Amino acid sequence: MTELSFKPTTVDADIEQTSRPSLSYWQDAWMRLVANKRAITSLFVIIFLLLFAFVAPHTVWRVKHDIQNLDRASEPPWVNRKAVVVPDSEEWQDVIASVAIGEHRVPTMLEVVGEATTTRVRLRWDAVPNAQGYRIYRNIVEPTEGDPLGLSIGVVKEGTLVSFEDQLDIRQKPYWYSIVALHEDGSEFEVAKTLRVRPKLSVAVSEAQALRHISDVQPGDTIQLFWHPLGTDYLGRDMLARLMKGAQVSLTIGIAAPLLFMILGIVIGSVSGYFGRMVDAVLMRFTDFVIALPFLLFMILFKLLFVPPEGEENILSKVQDFLNIEGGILAMVVALVLLGWPGVARLVRGEILKIREQGYVEASRLLGAPSSWLIGRHMIPNTMGVVLVSFTFAVPATIFTEAFLSFIGMGVVPPTPSWGSMCNDGIRTMETYPHELLFPALFISITVLAFNLLGDGLRDALDARMRSRE
Amino acid sequence: MPRYVLMRLIQGVVTVWFIATATFFVMHNIPGDPLQKEKAVSEEIQKNLEAKYGFDKKVVVQYGIYMWNMVRGDFGLSFKHENRPVNQMILERFPVSAILGILAIVIAGVGGVLWGALTALYRNRWPDVIIIILVILGISVPSFVFATVGQLGIVVANRVVGFEILPVAGWGTIWHMLVPALVLGLGTMAFLTRLMRTSMLEIVNADYIRTARSKGVPIAQIFAKHQFRNAILPVVTVLGPSIAAITTGGFVVENVFAIPGLGRTFVEAVQQSDYTLIMGTTVFYGAFLVLMVIVVDIVYAFIDPRVRLK
Repeated sequence: MTELSFKPTTVDADIEQTSRPSLSYWQDAWMRLVANKRAITSLFVIIFLLLFAFVAPHTVWRVKHDIQNLDRASEPPWVNRKAVVVPDSEEWQDVIASVAIGEHRVPTMLEVVGEATTTRVRLRWDAVPNAQGYRIYRNIVEPTEGDPLGLSIGVVKEGTLVSFEDQLDIRQKPYWYSIVALHEDGSEFEVAKTLRVRPKLSVAVSEAQALRHISDVQPGDTIQLFWHPLGTDYLGRDMLARLMKGAQVSLTIGIAAPLLFMILGIVIGSVSGYFGRMVDAVLMRFTDFVIALPFLLFMILFKLLFVPPEGEENILSKVQDFLNIEGGILAMVVALVLLGWPGVARLVRGEILKIREQGYVEASRLLGAPSSWLIGRHMIPNTMGVVLVSFTFAVPATIFTEAFLSFIGMGVVPPTPSWGSMCNDGIRTMETYPHELLFPALFISITVLAFNLLGDGLRDALDARMRSRE
Repeated sequence: MPRYVLMRLIQGVVTVWFIATATFFVMHNIPGDPLQKEKAVSEEIQKNLEAKYGFDKKVVVQYGIYMWNMVRGDFGLSFKHENRPVNQMILERFPVSAILGILAIVIAGVGGVLWGALTALYRNRWPDVIIIILVILGISVPSFVFATVGQLGIVVANRVVGFEILPVAGWGTIWHMLVPALVLGLGTMAFLTRLMRTSMLEIVNADYIRTARSKGVPIAQIFAKHQFRNAILPVVTVLGPSIAAITTGGFVVENVFAIPGLGRTFVEAVQQSDYTLIMGTTVFYGAFLVLMVIVVDIVYAFIDPRVRLK
């Protein structure tokens, strides 16, 4: 036996590590949330939407949302913007034809003179025997036998006058022009001659100068018109700018209202749960009543109550002006708060009732803590998890409500855009210009989806008992 | 059980009283003159009109008259529809909304339960994935988009075929109801599908399923008798709120498809400031929803023996 046999071994610190740094409830929840890919993606989408609403209009896209341009109404995003410059006005001699002979009932020839542009389309045809005049029609679809010929855009009152100039709000799409000869009494011949015309995008010289702020624009030049990345609406307003403004309105209502009714609900729920007995009975009875009010109908009634008629003022509209926010937003937030709190109050009350019986609350009370301390330090912080989850679900529900009300014309006051009212506007042109409905609807859907998925993630992260099994 | 039903009914009556009172006081304080006419009327006519609708009396008296009339089931005369009783209008329009709503609830309920069961059966395989994607769409796309797209779909289909397969708008036959009811039920169906799926998957791990399996009960029987029937319970609990959601959705669907239902009547009444019609419709809707919640609660007590025993 040597001394070496009893040499003490060194303790390997790395192996013996059985404890890890203690994590608070929120740190633990955060780690679980970060591990959830869907929730984190949604979180990024929400951050993007907030930037889109509140930062982008002041930095990347400063176009005003309320500037109308009827010349470029309902433009889809993919429209051609290369415009040819044409003279402001050009004298054009009416074409006189010699009296026609023969049996034909429609012009044998119908053609465009010069180039058809969105500024003007000039038509010429040859005379029809016995015609005392002509009526000119324009249609956006090809007229088939028996169908109406479209919009009557003009009448020529002489049989030998065989030309017409159309300057009436022409767009960059195919048109079918029809010429019908007229009898002496103004009644039409039963047959028409139709021509398909596809006008080129054009601007008049003076207009081009105004757009470009330069004077050396010549007829025949081509210029690029202003770019609307998401097209324009039915009044020619920039869709992207309006969507940003709409995002401000929808997200402001969608976040502010739940935030406020959460606070009200927490106060009422915690008071009710903590004090119990009479206070609880009265408050909960009242909660039951408010929950029973038909939500949407009362939202509309409150709107009538809070939004004063044109030209008049009430307290809410004064506060609204003071805070510098637009049409009816405040009224809607107040209405949502008045009707939204009971659900939260019930939830918080239930949680408080559970927590009240916990040992640490008892201990704190024994040590002489006042009620305010017990509620403020122990109860409310411990209900925050549930509250946060229900907040995340309340946001999309509120955005839906706002969109819904604005859609039936009972929401924010025009001309303030919200996604819902934009959808409502878009429906009128849905068949021909679907982008006006598509974009706001897409934004609503993405926002609602992102908040719902984030809510699912938060619920899983914050409360293991409520973990969904998807 | 009868005691429980009675208690719920009394609570319901008190709740309806509260709804009626809230409606009265909100409407009473709305800015603007309810008798506002396009033409200026003489003072005498104005006074007569006020007397006719009782606006010359004190608020308390007006409230008393209003409540008394309501107890007798009389909602008064419409302001804008030439002396037509509000009762008559509600009786005319409500069945339309009710038929549409019932159809939508049936579509949503049957669809939700079946799809939900199917997803649970094919968990994480392609039918599950497809249905879940559709469910996410159904939950996040607003009902008015479904309604307008549905209508556009009919228009396009009619144009393609060349004759009218389905009417684009209006009311009357079963063909008018199909698309509106489907559109109305979609959101709720998506929600119920998700609920049913979660509830089915929760039950898969239950002890009684394991017991049944170990006793050699055929899979089909376990699925039908144990899993499916128990999973349906949570779906029944949310039927009450679903009825409210579908009533709400009716507002848009009725407007888009020009269906002469109660929701559309309410929106029009608000646009025309038809005060009595607004009050009548609101109280009627409120009472209807309260009744529905009570009915669902009682039905639940019947189908779940555990509740009945308490």
